[in-house]
Amino acid sequence: MSDATVSPTSLSLARARAQTPGRPWLAWIAAAVAAVFALYFVFSLYVAGQTLWALGALILVGIGFAIYLTNWSAAAKYTFPGLTAIFIFIALPLLFTMQIGFTNYSSNHLLSFDRATAYLLEQTTADESSLHEFSLHRPSDSMLVAVLVNPKTNEKFRSELILNSSGTSPIPVASTPHSLGDGLSIRERIAMRDYVQRLQFALPTGEVLSYASLREFAKVTPVWKQNADGSLTRAEDGAVYKPNDKTGFYENEAGDRLTPGYTVNVGFANYARMVSDENFRGPFISIFLWTLTFALLSVFFVTAVGTTLAVVLNWEALKGATIYRTLLFLPYAVPGFISILVFKGLFNQNFGEINTILNALFGIKPAWFADPYLAKVMLLIVNVWLGFPYIMVLCTGLIKSIPADLYEASAIAGAGPLTNFFKITLPLIIKPLAPLLVGVFAFNFNNFVLIALLTDGRPDFLNTKVPAGTNDILVSYTYRIAFKDSGSDFGLAAAISTVVFFMVAVMALLHLRMMKANQEKR
Amino acid sequence: MAIVTGKKNQWRVWAAHVFLIALIAVTLFPLLAVISISLRPGNFATGSLIPTEISFEHWKLALGMSYMGADGKEVHPPFPVLLWLWNSIKIATISAVLIVALSTTAAYAFARLKFKYKTSYLNTMLLLEMFPRVLALVAIFAIFERLGAHFPWLGIETHLSVIVAYLGGVATHIWTIKGYFETIPQEIEENARVDGATLWQTFYRVLLPMAVPILMVVFVLAFIGTIIEYPIASILLREEPNLTLAVGSKYYLQDQKFLWGDFAAAAVLSGLPITLVFLFAQKWIVSGLTSGGVKG
Repeated sequence: MSDATVSPTSLSLARARAQTPGRPWLAWIAAAVAAVFALYFVFSLYVAGQTLWALGALILVGIGFAIYLTNWSAAAKYTFPGLTAIFIFIALPLLFTMQIGFTNYSSNHLLSFDRATAYLLEQTTADESSLHEFSLHRPSDSMLVAVLVNPKTNEKFRSELILNSSGTSPIPVASTPHSLGDGLSIRERIAMRDYVQRLQFALPTGEVLSYASLREFAKVTPVWKQNADGSLTRAEDGAVYKPNDKTGFYENEAGDRLTPGYTVNVGFANYARMVSDENFRGPFISIFLWTLTFALLSVFFVTAVGTTLAVVLNWEALKGATIYRTLLFLPYAVPGFISILVFKGLFNQNFGEINTILNALFGIKPAWFADPYLAKVMLLIVNVWLGFPYIMVLCTGLIKSIPADLYEASAIAGAGPLTNFFKITLPLIIKPLAPLLVGVFAFNFNNFVLIALLTDGRPDFLNTKVPAGTNDILVSYTYRIAFKDSGSDFGLAAAISTVVFFMVAVMALLHLRMMKANQEKR
Repeated sequence: MAIVTGKKNQWRVWAAHVFLIALIAVTLFPLLAVISISLRPGNFATGSLIPTEISFEHWKLALGMSYMGADGKEVHPPFPVLLWLWNSIKIATISAVLIVALSTTAAYAFARLKFKYKTSYLNTMLLLEMFPRVLALVAIFAIFERLGAHFPWLGIETHLSVIVAYLGGVATHIWTIKGYFETIPQEIEENARVDGATLWQTFYRVLLPMAVPILMVVFVLAFIGTIIEYPIASILLREEPNLTLAVGSKYYLQDQKFLWGDFAAAAVLSGLPITLVFLFAQKWIVSGLTSGGVKG
């Protein structure tokens, strides 16, 4: 750095010294505001019944304030935000995934026990004998009138309504002989549903009517009553349902279940399915094998194409190598989600350009998306297109560092380019390249975006219970189990993710070890 | 290199040129084809690669304009591409700014300050970064689903949830910035310290102005990284007006409704700027590649 850079900064420093120490109270106000907000956040979590999460958040907030309000560690003041972000959004989700893998969390078991119980207790049933037809009228712009008609006696009741009233107490209605003609249309009533649902009317007899359906008000009673032992009794017939913490449902003695269920721990049940459930194991093993094959073949082809190009482009006799290199780098620069979708269109069986060309040249129209093997071939072709520039760039750098006199010596010995490649270039670049290839393998092992955007794993295996695609890889399969098909079996998906997690851990450690070994050699 | 070249070598050079040109033709075919398709009338027509008849109907739709179809009916844009592009740019810009802020401060501590377990932190970060986020999708979904039950502004279907979820990806950037900081001589900061500057002042007023280039690079990298991100955005955003480009583009090419021409125009429109930014930043990205990052 030259002196020119130093002097302006020291000037601004002098200014900074003059300014900053004058306003410590500003920092305290900011801290107080942050504290109030943080405590509100923690408190809301606690009130919502998420005690464990609230505790975790409280600890994190506490550490944060301890770091910034004391002089305990200067370094922590700088690392805390970044490391916290990594912890919350990388480490925590991984741990949380493992935990979910031991539960039955799914669309049938979405709620916690408390929330599921509360949901059931909120269920109400309308008393048929007290049903009143309900209509809304707007005689003038500022006036809203509700009319209730008893369908049996044809007795009419009416009341003026005040919009946006909190409406906690029942509104008295008075008997009236007049009818007001046509009321508001269904569409208008649907638009007002949130408001109407909160209304209650008190008949002259003292009976209170609540919202029963879009057209009707009636006397409404809760379906369930909670007993002291935690079981629920149906008011109508006295049937008792007990919570079963093994299945995550309220059940009666005959085993009938109430929906929604709730989330419970199921131990290793999800893992047991992978090993012992025949219907599930079959496609699971095929998917696992295809994941390995896909990742290995991708690495192989990408490396083959990439190194070949790097070697050829590094040839001094070749003119215009820079232009070639730039053009060949293009696939890497185009955003993946666009190029993959472009291929999806190009490979389309009927009007895709690739089949148009193949048809013109050879008279064939391969069914790239319907045939499992062709789909796999297509995935590999697209993946090589996407991936070779990366290896090409890496190898170019590595080849440049090979001393030229090695090639001079081999030229004197009369060796050809192939001998050069296999005896000099390859042995010298394979060591530094190997850990990066492990990285490419790990990347393709989890290359979710390619599968999700190109084939979605289809075509599917026939006759499997859990839908599975013939060219799904493990991660796209878990995505499908969790987010695509109706079951939304998050627990099972998390269990598979955990298995993949350990496989990736092995690859990651291998990668790090090879990197380290390379660095030490240098 | 003074090697005598013979006739045989001349042949090889020509062969290499032919090989490379053929390969480039194959490589660039999809990119050129998509441009040509975007200018070709109709969504199903198969025509020659160089369009015989130029039509801007797909481009009008991509830009949010309607046009009069051949049958006299007005054709409306199938998807709000510009809105999606705006969503993407908004999310990517905010995330990238926050990521730069988080990683710069952390990198400063790792490059300049002494503290316990520094190496362990750095290695753990590197290890964690290798686990693809796809594996934790269920947990990320569950976290935001639960948060959203109490704080609707941070739940599913909010852009804030996506931005917040992206903040975890700072580890590689911390490494990159730390590496750059270490190339800046420490003496300047030491002088400032001697002159009485606080730690924050040496960081903010002395080191940061010298590190602007790397901050730009990290910003561009984080921006591209988030704008092309698919998995997390696809589970947190589902409703059409909320989608990002990466999630929305897929809907053009559904089996039941294959809008090939409309997609082509939208793809060129949105892909071109990102590609140009990438090529522009290529120099730095390539130097980052060798340290082991793989683009998603």
